[in-house]
Amino acid sequence: MPNKVINKVTFPHMGESFRAFKMLLEDLGNEVILPPRPSRKTLDLGVQYAPEFACLPLKILLGTYMETAQKGANLIVTSGGVGPCRAGQYAQLHKAILSEQGYDMDMVVFEPPKLYPLDFIRNVRKLNVARLSYRAVYQCIKRSWRKLKALDSLEKYTHVIRPREQQTGVTSRIYKDVLAWIDQANSIKEIKEAENAGLNELQKIPQDQYRIIVKVGLVGEIYVLLEPASNLEIEETLGNLGVEVERSMFLTGWTVDNTIKETTELLNAKDAASPYLPEMVGGHGRDSVGHTILYSQRGFDGVIQLAPFTCIPEIVAKTVLNTVGKEYNMPILTFFLDEQTGKAGIATRLEAFVDLMKRKQKFRTSTANS
Amino acid sequence: MVKIGIPSALFYYVYYPKWESFFQALDIEVIPSGKTTKQLLDNGVREALADACLPVKVFFGHAISLRDKVDYLFVPRIVSTNKKTVYCPKFLGMPDMIRHGLPDMPPLIDVRVDVRTQKFAIWRAYEFLGNFLGVKKGKVISAFRSANQVHRRYKELMVAGHHPLSAMAALKGNVNLSSPRHTGQLTFALLGYPYNLYDPFISIQLIDKLQKMGINVLTPENVSAKTLQEKPPVLQKGLFWTFSEQVMQAARHFFSSGKIDGAIHLTAFGCGPDSLLNNFIEREATKYPHIPLMTLTMDEHGGEAGITTRLEAFIDMVQRKKRGVRNAQ
Repeated sequence: MPNKVINKVTFPHMGESFRAFKMLLEDLGNEVILPPRPSRKTLDLGVQYAPEFACLPLKILLGTYMETAQKGANLIVTSGGVGPCRAGQYAQLHKAILSEQGYDMDMVVFEPPKLYPLDFIRNVRKLNVARLSYRAVYQCIKRSWRKLKALDSLEKYTHVIRPREQQTGVTSRIYKDVLAWIDQANSIKEIKEAENAGLNELQKIPQDQYRIIVKVGLVGEIYVLLEPASNLEIEETLGNLGVEVERSMFLTGWTVDNTIKETTELLNAKDAASPYLPEMVGGHGRDSVGHTILYSQRGFDGVIQLAPFTCIPEIVAKTVLNTVGKEYNMPILTFFLDEQTGKAGIATRLEAFVDLMKRKQKFRTSTANS
Repeated sequence: MVKIGIPSALFYYVYYPKWESFFQALDIEVIPSGKTTKQLLDNGVREALADACLPVKVFFGHAISLRDKVDYLFVPRIVSTNKKTVYCPKFLGMPDMIRHGLPDMPPLIDVRVDVRTQKFAIWRAYEFLGNFLGVKKGKVISAFRSANQVHRRYKELMVAGHHPLSAMAALKGNVNLSSPRHTGQLTFALLGYPYNLYDPFISIQLIDKLQKMGINVLTPENVSAKTLQEKPPVLQKGLFWTFSEQVMQAARHFFSSGKIDGAIHLTAFGCGPDSLLNNFIEREATKYPHIPLMTLTMDEHGGEAGITTRLEAFIDMVQRKKRGVRNAQ
């Protein structure tokens, strides 16, 4: 047998999804170098080598790749894109910057399989080091997909429990334990078991039934929505302020939208947005507008938009959201995140925003009762 | 007579002669918003989102200045004109941003042009305009033809060395049609998007300034479309955005042509595509160490003196470098 190059694979860090990706890539016979949770150091590395006006996700990803390269990773698995959001071009730029800095890293870029079916198969082959049959590969993907779904459903549930917990911080602590269970589960049966056990455990957290809870929808650009380290744990902060957060995007939903078929959820958002923003402006600009309208129709108290600084689609969305907010009488708070954003500043603005929504809710209930 | 306002920003520098010719042939009065002024920009800055880029703020200012003067505002949604690339998302969402971002605007004409999804999309767009304005089809066809001729002539003038404003004047017969003579000692490539380069306010009259300092200025508009397509795209996928791809190809053409002594990339603060484009231009420039490259970032604060100083220093450097190369030979 010829000398085989061992793939030391890494990928972008996006919330807890790394647990599922790790399982998949290891099943296919790769060695996985786990991306560290983005930290100050990650960002500093990214900022140093990325173009100044590139958006936050590019900088964080670049930093992540450099950190993993230093740990020996030689293959990056990432997603592509077809524009017009510039994130679709980041893989090429990352590669150029990395090789300039002396990191010899290969890249596997997954484009939408509907547009590039051959590319997709080639990419899968490259990652299939164990030379599993297509059937076996399919099984592996299915299992990791199930894990991804379990991770998403657990995270969703913490958003409901956290604002109601009696003792601050319990949810986050238990969530951590639950994630470890999911990590250890390997077969679909085990994953299901771990998920149910996790949901049960979260449900057992003592809750305060009388607290005023406001509901907030979270919309915006995918990376800053999905990676808590990039949005300074906004969901946790909100939860601790007594806010039930519903995020408009999860990795599983996004993947289905972009690989198989657009989900009804996305189609609804598109429809809702069409009077205001009928054009696909790239990224998630139109979805942000659509979801804001859907949240308002469902009686949410407010919407928070998260976007990286200079994000083109979200700037278009924000301009349109001004009118949407007025017409639907919906408070909307936008954060443009960059490397300078501080957690305390965000917390202060969130507190004020939550106070405003709570007062509005009190006013509404008192006028309804009288 | 119906009055249609066309903001003198963004696509103005690419399509205005064509649009003007088309509308005038339909007996419609065309009112451009004219030159960018401080007042106009201030209005735009006040109304537009703070995070928007400078040219979008300028566009907002132009749209506001036409508010009470016209029956319709012409803000077409140009998505793709060549099947390969699209325009920046801000162009794609421009009609929506104007409609929902500015109060009390006249009705917009926001015809959509996307050659990827529709056959003869460009003609269809003009047909739609004709229908919308209630003009007979025969008249629309002949107006479309003559507009295309004007557009071709306009592009020819630019390839011959004119810049959009002088080409527009030349089309009107105000200037002699002979191509401008290049007499300066040095030749610079000025890279950037037409709506930044030729807006005298955004670019702080950079072209004039350079010419006064005795420098010939070549811009992407001076390169024919055919030449731009000679080289395969620099990225496997190409850049997504039409203007960016054009500037990138023009940059590669200028660098490899051996005709330029220096290059300046003019970009606007907050420009999304330029964060990539600038990086790729820089990469290209490193292959030609004898041609210095400078990046100028413009924002709404102006700062003419600072730019002039940097220009002077850059020109000094290029001159010295050129002398050094000559002495070495």
